[in-house]
Amino acid sequence: MKTQETLESVVIRFCGDSGDGMQLTGTQFSNTSAIMGNDISTFPDFPSEIRAPQGTIAGVSGFQVHIGSSDTNTPGDESDMLVAMNPAALKSNLNSLKLGGAIILNSDEFNEANLAKAGYTVDPLKDHTLDSYKVIKAPIGTLTLSALEEVDLSKKEKERCKNFYTLGMTYYYYNRKTDQTLKWIEDKFGKKPEIMKANQLALKAGYNYAETTEEIVISYSVPSAKIEPGTYRQMSGNVSTAWGLMQAAESANLPLFLGSYPITPATDILHELSKFKHMNVTTFQAEDEIAGICSAIGASIAGSLAVTTSSGPGIALKTEAIGLAIMYETPLIIINVQRGGPSTGLPTKTEQSDLNQALIGRNGEAPLIVLAASRPNDCYEMAYEAARLTLEHMTPVMLLTDGYIANGSEPWKIPKSTDFEKINHRKPSESDLKTDITFMTRNEHSLARTWITPGMDGKVHRMGGLEKDFVTGNISAEPINHQKMCELRAQKVQKVADNIPLQVVEGEATGDLLVVSWGGTYGATRMAVRQLQKDGRSVSLMHLKYLNPMPKNVSDILAGFKKIIVPELNLGQLAPILRSRYGVKTIQYNKVQGQPFKIEELVNRFKEEL
Amino acid sequence: MTTMYKKKDFVSDQEVRWCPGCGDYAILSCMQNALTKTGTKKEDIVCVSGIGCSSRFPYYLDTYGYHTIHGRAPAVATGIKLANPNLDVWVITGDGDGLSIGGNHTLHAMRRNVDLNIILFNNEIYGLTKGQFSPTSDKGVKTKTSPFGSIDNPLIPAQFALGSACTFIARTVDKDPKSITDLMLLSHAHKGTSFLEVLQNCVIFNDKTHDEFTLRQNRAARTVTVEDGKPLIFGAENEKGIVLDRLDLKVVTLGQGFEEKDLLVYDTSSKVLANMLIEAHKKDEENFPLALGVLYQDKESIPYNELMKGQAEQVKKRLPEANMDKLLQSGDTWEIK
Ligand SMILES: Cc1ncc(C[n+]2csc(CCOP(=O)(O)OP(=O)(O)O)c2C)c(N)n1
Ligand code: SF4
Repeated sequence: MKTQETLESVVIRFCGDSGDGMQLTGTQFSNTSAIMGNDISTFPDFPSEIRAPQGTIAGVSGFQVHIGSSDTNTPGDESDMLVAMNPAALKSNLNSLKLGGAIILNSDEFNEANLAKAGYTVDPLKDHTLDSYKVIKAPIGTLTLSALEEVDLSKKEKERCKNFYTLGMTYYYYNRKTDQTLKWIEDKFGKKPEIMKANQLALKAGYNYAETTEEIVISYSVPSAKIEPGTYRQMSGNVSTAWGLMQAAESANLPLFLGSYPITPATDILHELSKFKHMNVTTFQAEDEIAGICSAIGASIAGSLAVTTSSGPGIALKTEAIGLAIMYETPLIIINVQRGGPSTGLPTKTEQSDLNQALIGRNGEAPLIVLAASRPNDCYEMAYEAARLTLEHMTPVMLLTDGYIANGSEPWKIPKSTDFEKINHRKPSESDLKTDITFMTRNEHSLARTWITPGMDGKVHRMGGLEKDFVTGNISAEPINHQKMCELRAQKVQKVADNIPLQVVEGEATGDLLVVSWGGTYGATRMAVRQLQKDGRSVSLMHLKYLNPMPKNVSDILAGFKKIIVPELNLGQLAPILRSRYGVKTIQYNKVQGQPFKIEELVNRFKEEL
Repeated sequence: MTTMYKKKDFVSDQEVRWCPGCGDYAILSCMQNALTKTGTKKEDIVCVSGIGCSSRFPYYLDTYGYHTIHGRAPAVATGIKLANPNLDVWVITGDGDGLSIGGNHTLHAMRRNVDLNIILFNNEIYGLTKGQFSPTSDKGVKTKTSPFGSIDNPLIPAQFALGSACTFIARTVDKDPKSITDLMLLSHAHKGTSFLEVLQNCVIFNDKTHDEFTLRQNRAARTVTVEDGKPLIFGAENEKGIVLDRLDLKVVTLGQGFEEKDLLVYDTSSKVLANMLIEAHKKDEENFPLALGVLYQDKESIPYNELMKGQAEQVKKRLPEANMDKLLQSGDTWEIK
């Protein structure tokens, strides 16, 4: 008789060769858990090579999922279970497994050749390497083949089902229901009945095997979380960004235009938006990033809500054109899904090192509104915010996300489109056009000019990257005018502070330690701060989503704490800005390893300052 | 209903700042004339340029105008046309702007066949930056950056356009206003990317470079104007012609063993012919005339912007009407009570 235990949360890491289908396996596990009422956070971790040599460390693809019965803000530090489809997967991921954790490993693959490819000189199954873990050895390839004896498919095709076999095993181990995945297989492979049958059989066989094998003596369940009632869906950060842009276009009643060029990890936004031609979305895959942003500027000139998406190296190429959009004072959203840098850096790994690039990385006095999303779901709202601000203030906005939140996903309570207010853009109405307004007519509060677009009668005008006269908008190299225009563009961005929410502090408004974070580190900093708060420590969190301008009360908040610590996934980019802008002392905590912060790392570091 | 404009309706209030005698003036004047004849409302005309002397052009034309960044005008223009296909979009560029820094964008606008009218002012020099060799400069030319002679091979814009799958390719000279205006109108009438190269004189940094072909007294002898269905005939007395000689083109003198009926009849739909004219001129510049006029046109061409619109309409027919609320609720969702 097997026993069952209840856990508050569980972290599983699925790892295998890039061809083993581990991303799919992980996604299915998390979807099923979400539907069973758990809170979830996921993080795919894959190699930058599409097909690295099979069986090697470089080819290992992983997917970590954290499921919980309470608020789950990160994919978790260490895993409770590691699924290793080959020796390379075991070798490269064992250090992420908790001592005492479980390993499901595919013993079929533990042969001499594969061990050598993974760099093992001794078989880890035969020495003491795995002594401190619960090892569940199963010849998964062989078991899958025998379960599929009756199916009319080639050996190769049958072998491909081993990821579902493995998934079945984990479903038993963690008491997951198989129906959702069975249904998914049906929807996905319905047109290929043999393949559908094989995958379904493999899933069930894996489940049954785990139930009968002596290797598994205990199984676990993770009760559902106390989650706000409502309808939910699973969203990744990139899809969330894409949909948020569509939401904004609907709220502004404008067509959406995306000009972009593929680059990891931003491409999925382009993939996603390409599907929505029936919703007034135009996507243009340009010849390079420069053409991507330039086409977006063209679309903006012509009256669309225009967006360009990229990652660090591509943003570098777009720089000159960002300056042009600033000079044009035209709406434009630039999305930077940050990855490890500089140069091509670590394409598939996350980092926060483009903040300097966003804030100051241009020639001339070229201020930009800069926002940063904090978690996968938040991308929706921040994409909407980026659109709202660019349209209301007639100057470009850069929205920073990063590989971690872009690829990560979490359940999301579906909002109503009416939760998002209408966005008022600066295009003149028919009757405005009959007045003497020009493209240089400004709103007295925001200083935003009027969005006159080609086709509007009686308002033809010319403009360019050359400095324009404050009144007429004609080319002007007049010294005083240039200073005035530089100041105007700077003021325009400063005025945005009147149009964004005040900064919130999580915890007491004053105290010993203030943690200041921004962007995708929110989940980890929040969990770390909460943990310390539970222990009664005087620590609060200020997580910034508006980086330029910052909310008006940031200065007051900073003044309320004895110490300020700024954890960042870079060598210190926000910290010096706080020092120079607000004259406060900041303690830096920096990590640039292409990996997110672990909660425990943060807790330990914060403790040192308390 | 078409609006009746006079040339002065297209003259902006900006002072034209080109050097006196610059070939750009003639092109501007032709454009102002041509626009009175297209029937397009001036609010629906957009002129987009990159950077260079030639790219100052939009400021001088009283339509919507955007001076962009070096080499990127085709990309900006593409965005404008895709966002509002109703607009008449003209791209003004130079040999440095459109073929050097912007070569990539010019190439891709052409192969996509966006309905843009590109006019390239070819003065075989960088004017605005004061006289460096450009991608169209002759090999051996001495400039500030090539004091010992340029060792770069020149690019032939029309051939670049052919290779880029452009669907309308024409060439003319700044000293033939009638031809410029006519070709602008043909460019405008063409559906898809039209590329018009104008040999333009830079009086300051590359004066007289094109004189051999552009001066009225030389033109008849040194150029051949091609026309659909007409024999390739040229010369002050129409005494010369071009014949097909195996796989080459050859200049012949009429009356010396050749009659007009022996001459090659031009066909603008043939890329091969266009390329042969270019190659023959390249091989023997002394004796073979420079071809002017519409060198190539695909009259069946369907512009990218129309394909894009058509595809969107197809998708709209196939997929049910959608909005954000429907989208948010679609696919895998679950209820928490
Ligand atoms: C990014 C960038 N690089 C270089 C320049 C300097 N620049 C301006 S115009 C020009 C060359 C223009 O040559 P062409 O297109 O032949 O135009 P022309 O002035 O002869 O009409 C250069 C190199 C610039 N403005 N921007
Ligand atoms: S430098 Fe040359 S191209 Fe430029 S305006 Fe003067 S003559 Fe014209």
